Amino acid sequence: MSLSLFLIQALNGLQLGILLFLLAAGLTLVFGIMNFVNLAHGSLYMMGAYFAAAMFGATGSFVLAGLVAVPATMLLGVVVERIALIRLYRRDHLDQVLATFGLILFFNELVRIIWGPASVYMNTPAALSDTVDLFGLRYPSYRFAIIGVGLAVGIGLYVLIHRTRIGMLIRAGATHPEIVAALGVNVRALNTLVFGLGAGLAGLAGLMAGPIVSVQPGMGEPILILTLVVIVTGGIGSIRGAFYGALIVGIVDTIGRAFLPTLLREFLERSLAQAAGPAIASMLIYILMAVVLAIRPQGLFPVRHG
Amino acid sequence: MKFVQGMMAALAALAVTTAGAQAPIKIGFMAELSGPQGALGQDQYDAFMLVVDQNGGKLGGVPVQVIKEDSQLKPEVATQLVDKLIEKDKVPIITGITFSNVMMAVYKKITDQEVFLIGSNAGPAPVAGALCSPYGYIVSWQNDNQAEVVGEYANQKGYKRVIGMAPNYQAGKDFIAGFKRNYKGEVIDEIYTPLNQPDFSAELAQVAAKNPDAVYVFYPGGLGVNFVRQYKQAGLLGKVPLLSTSTTDGSTLPAQKEDALGVISGTFWGPDFNNPVNRKFVDDFEKKYNRIPSQYAAQSYDAALLLDSAIAKVKGNVADKKAFQAALKAADFKSVRGNFKFNNNGFPIQDMYVFEVAKDAKGRVSLKTLGAPLKDHKDAYHTQCKLS
Repeated sequence: MSLSLFLIQALNGLQLGILLFLLAAGLTLVFGIMNFVNLAHGSLYMMGAYFAAAMFGATGSFVLAGLVAVPATMLLGVVVERIALIRLYRRDHLDQVLATFGLILFFNELVRIIWGPASVYMNTPAALSDTVDLFGLRYPSYRFAIIGVGLAVGIGLYVLIHRTRIGMLIRAGATHPEIVAALGVNVRALNTLVFGLGAGLAGLAGLMAGPIVSVQPGMGEPILILTLVVIVTGGIGSIRGAFYGALIVGIVDTIGRAFLPTLLREFLERSLAQAAGPAIASMLIYILMAVVLAIRPQGLFPVRHG
Repeated sequence: MKFVQGMMAALAALAVTTAGAQAPIKIGFMAELSGPQGALGQDQYDAFMLVVDQNGGKLGGVPVQVIKEDSQLKPEVATQLVDKLIEKDKVPIITGITFSNVMMAVYKKITDQEVFLIGSNAGPAPVAGALCSPYGYIVSWQNDNQAEVVGEYANQKGYKRVIGMAPNYQAGKDFIAGFKRNYKGEVIDEIYTPLNQPDFSAELAQVAAKNPDAVYVFYPGGLGVNFVRQYKQAGLLGKVPLLSTSTTDGSTLPAQKEDALGVISGTFWGPDFNNPVNRKFVDDFEKKYNRIPSQYAAQSYDAALLLDSAIAKVKGNVADKKAFQAALKAADFKSVRGNFKFNNNGFPIQDMYVFEVAKDAKGRVSLKTLGAPLKDHKDAYHTQCKLS
């Protein structure tokens, strides 16, 4: 195993982590501030990807696809929140899980009716379709773009949450929602804003993932599970937790997938290592989550109270 | 009221008599019609109905009634549907069947009840071997065939070091094993990825670092779309030849488009086959459904042509089971693939081809025939089948 290969794999992990962060940021805010379990977050990601693919198919422009997909997903999120979810805030978590699970089924069926069951075409922008030479190995430039976009979003969110009045209200809402309401802040509008922000980020993730993974019904579920692992590991309600949690999950998952099968072959029979390697590698992040829950149930980077 | 009922009865009676002396033969069509793999079943259905519709609702000169069922890629749903088709609808023939796990769940159930099964896709090994039945006919291929031909192609190209990649489940391992059956070089690594893993960045970096002569993959459906795109984005396509089975086919090419140009795949048929039956099939299919037919459509078209020939041979009397078996076994029809005959186990003996993804005459991304590395190919399991 060479150092350059290790670096490439670390970049792969970083890229997966960044993508997860885009999803986890929205989910963790909704979870932390509204105390609302939104399983349909993955569906918003899927809708973002479909909006992007539809626009890309119609115009061939990735930028236009992004300009349409992100606001459209945001709008969709707000509409769904206003029509359906707003009735669920006072219900218990089980009701929320059931209702948002219903939304998953609804959206999967919706895209199947509109776009059909097969995957839809979407490609990288021409300028980013090549690779970059990196220590003798080649790395897809589009994945660099994902890392760049994700880091920019991370910085933007940091500024928004820690340096603006809205951010202050969001932070306050996460820790003391009743007092925020008592001070005359329109919590309902704040909730809708947060939900829309989360939906927009999910749409952005869908847009960025569209050229890598196939845009198809049900594409939101596998990544939703990873996202839940991220926010539980990082600490629910905390953007910082979502960021570091996502990077940790992304890197652990990728490094495990890349090197565990090879490592196991050192002391296991070849065919056994080939079968066990990927299986154990895909378990790693869940083991990590279990360990975190056992030692620090509030997550690695929880919301700072007080 | 009495009068109306009387009229209805008379009309119904008339309808039956005008349909001819023969009642329609009921054919159960069962496939995956929903979910991510629904496109496969839809192609099977569309191609089957293309033949039925062109013959004015008849096969072999006899009216047929096709009862369509969606097995939802769930073996337990499929077995219930088979019960319904056989006990309630009393169908003598069932066709379709998209996935191997569904085929394994229903093959014995159908053939044990002496109902004819004309499979038009999945061909798992046990069905070709010990489980084979005189009531089972698979017009597509035995699963391994599509991998074996790629292994043979790798020999011809002189690839010495190949990496195999597939999802970590039975079919994935079967296809890698099928590739290795004919391949004489060394498979330097086998990488199995979890079935629900959509991103292959980590594995592709490992592949690039090992710099093999070629990569062989089996990634069906959406996984294939992901894999081929990421292989291209990683700069591997055009540098390390990508050999495949079920990864670039009619169901995935519409989403892969130019990204898949140059990928090699192995199967039994391609839309550019230049024989009269195939030209008619491809033209008619494109005219009616406005898309390039996939191999799944081709298989099902052949299933309909086979039934057409066999029903004509027994003059619609499918209740004479021995005669109908002989008529099916004879496979007296012109296939879209050219050569076609049945082996002892009810699987085809046929030429297996390799294809390259390329643009067709109309500039669309499609499959171009490169050649047939395996001629008159039989599957490896027919010797385990006790039928002669």
